[in-house]
Amino acid sequence: MSVLLNRNTKVIVQGLTGKIGSFHAEDMKRYGTNVVGGVTPGKGGQSQQGIPVFNTVKGAVRETGAEASIVFVPPPFAADSIMEAADAGIKLCVCITDGIPSQDMMRVKRYMLRYRREDRMTLIGPNCAGVITPGQALMGIMPGSIYLPGRVGIVGRSGTLGYEAASQMKALGIGVSTSVGIGGDPINGSSFKDILELFEKDDETDAVVMIGEIGGPQEAEAAEWAKTNMKKPLIAYIAGLSAPKGKRMGHAGAIISAFGESAQEKVEILRDAGVTIVATPASFGPTVAGVLAEQRKAA
Amino acid sequence: MDIHEYQAKELLSRHSVHIPRGGLAYSPEQAAYRTREIGGDKWVVKAQIHSGARGKAGGIRICKSDKEVSDAAETMLGRKLVTHQTGPRGKLVSRLYIEETVDIRQEIYLGFVLDRKAERVMIVASASGGMEIEEIAERQPDSIIRATVDPGVGMQQFQAREIAFGLGLENSLIGKATDTIMGCYQVFRDYDASMLEINPLAVTREGNLMALDAKMSFDENALFRRPEISELRDKSQEDPRETFASDRGLSYVGLDGNIGCIINGAGLAMATMDMIKIAGGEPANFLDIGGGASPERVAKAFRAVLADKNVEAILVNIFAGINRCDWVAEGVLKAMTEVGVNVPLVVRLAGTNVEEGRRILSASGQTIIVAETLAEAAEKAVAAMRQSTLKKAS
Repeated sequence: MSVLLNRNTKVIVQGLTGKIGSFHAEDMKRYGTNVVGGVTPGKGGQSQQGIPVFNTVKGAVRETGAEASIVFVPPPFAADSIMEAADAGIKLCVCITDGIPSQDMMRVKRYMLRYRREDRMTLIGPNCAGVITPGQALMGIMPGSIYLPGRVGIVGRSGTLGYEAASQMKALGIGVSTSVGIGGDPINGSSFKDILELFEKDDETDAVVMIGEIGGPQEAEAAEWAKTNMKKPLIAYIAGLSAPKGKRMGHAGAIISAFGESAQEKVEILRDAGVTIVATPASFGPTVAGVLAEQRKAA
Repeated sequence: MDIHEYQAKELLSRHSVHIPRGGLAYSPEQAAYRTREIGGDKWVVKAQIHSGARGKAGGIRICKSDKEVSDAAETMLGRKLVTHQTGPRGKLVSRLYIEETVDIRQEIYLGFVLDRKAERVMIVASASGGMEIEEIAERQPDSIIRATVDPGVGMQQFQAREIAFGLGLENSLIGKATDTIMGCYQVFRDYDASMLEINPLAVTREGNLMALDAKMSFDENALFRRPEISELRDKSQEDPRETFASDRGLSYVGLDGNIGCIINGAGLAMATMDMIKIAGGEPANFLDIGGGASPERVAKAFRAVLADKNVEAILVNIFAGINRCDWVAEGVLKAMTEVGVNVPLVVRLAGTNVEEGRRILSASGQTIIVAETLAEAAEKAVAAMRQSTLKKAS
């Protein structure tokens, strides 16, 4: 089944008529994603690369039955677009936009609480590479060719470091069930723990690779959850061993500001929780291969 | 983005936070003049740099005459102040804040931060102010009061009142404390702050509340809608390497090593730096050139990295997703001829069109060390750095 996304998921693109939105809509369609529409206020009724454009997300949902949305809207307006998706009944929203103010994201998270849990939208990102279920569908900006379809889940903050992991795995013939980028912002839609829960329940995922980094409490929270709740092997890497305290390393959220937020501390917390640690960023492939071999031996 | 103490006080004083009388000085004469303007017989001379812990480093002096003020100003201005927060390079003191002294009865800590776990603004307060919050957390953990604000409705009066009572303030101060806390929240929200700290918030002998120090940082993602905050940026407080890069739209952080890094994506950049460390080297910088690695951007990145004279070798690591390796390779070659790269260069390309990218590099006739994997790239960069330092030494 994979998680979040498959070839049947009906996807709309918010910000379809922009340069970035149209480029990636085309790329996603080529990969096999079921792109059914786009939203740009004021351009409803037009069509872009054969994709119908709507003025509002509600309109797009009504006409196409879309259940997922990907947001390529510029930062000043992106929070508004996410809330519009949540209100229109979208179930999965992936926000690629980098640079959304933190206070806007606080409002988005608060706004989403107004819906009952079963009606609440799952938000992935912002500032992320998106979600891909290899061989089926892509909702994001990653190069589809580096992922082999398979049974290992990937969840990470960073885009290109996720590509590095996936391509090292592909080189050893290891495929991916779904790869989820949760983004590099301090306040994000889904945490590591949220995605681990999905992978733990998924019959088509055998093991999970988690790619964290310095800053924030989410890796530690995931470790604590996995320790008691996760049966599948969890393999983790934390980037930023050489990052100094108090300096923001590119991502708005990648800053060591409290105890337990450095790479060394996070690695220790994960190791204590029984998680297999990827020792260097060059050993994603061999580490995953080793864990899978042990799993086969045990079965 | 950080601002100076006097700027934070100015902002806060417009929102019911009381501050001592004070004025800015750029010269010893001006500092002495401020004492007459402020009045009284005792003043504090405070170095305005983007760092806490200035007192222990000699950046805060109490003076009893205008002569003492002018002498203190003379020794501070134009110098670099090194605190445990600035790093060994220190920060340049080019302005001073001269303030009246206040008789303190009690020191309170009041802070506002973005709490990533609660995903809300959190207020942190303690009746044991005057020391850093980390120290309070260690010595008097029970004195710390916390409250979070619902972003849907904003901070409520009762929350501020609860904090005021929780601090053990006498009844006559509750109203003033509530106003101060509400005022701080308003500034935090209205200007998209990411951190606000008043330490100490003093209870004065006369029974007033006064912010004796103030520190604020702002969300860089929100500066587009806060031009009045962008104006407060002081480039003299930044690492000049970082200013150079950020003015060119690059995400750069200067470090103390000697292997320059040019990478796409923040996570891969951090991982590459880690790999350099594991291979026995030290990165000179963090640099994320972002998604579209156009030849112009690559050239800018080379300039930013080479502006650091410690750099003995450069490692370029690009995992092409949206962009293509052949395009990146051409960018690297263009940058090499334009910028003039005089240290060994290791290039690792991966992703879209990688074979074509590698072919372009090796056919160029330039001395480029090509690596296929991340581990190989880091090892080659460290080896090249060692050779280049050896050559320099002999």
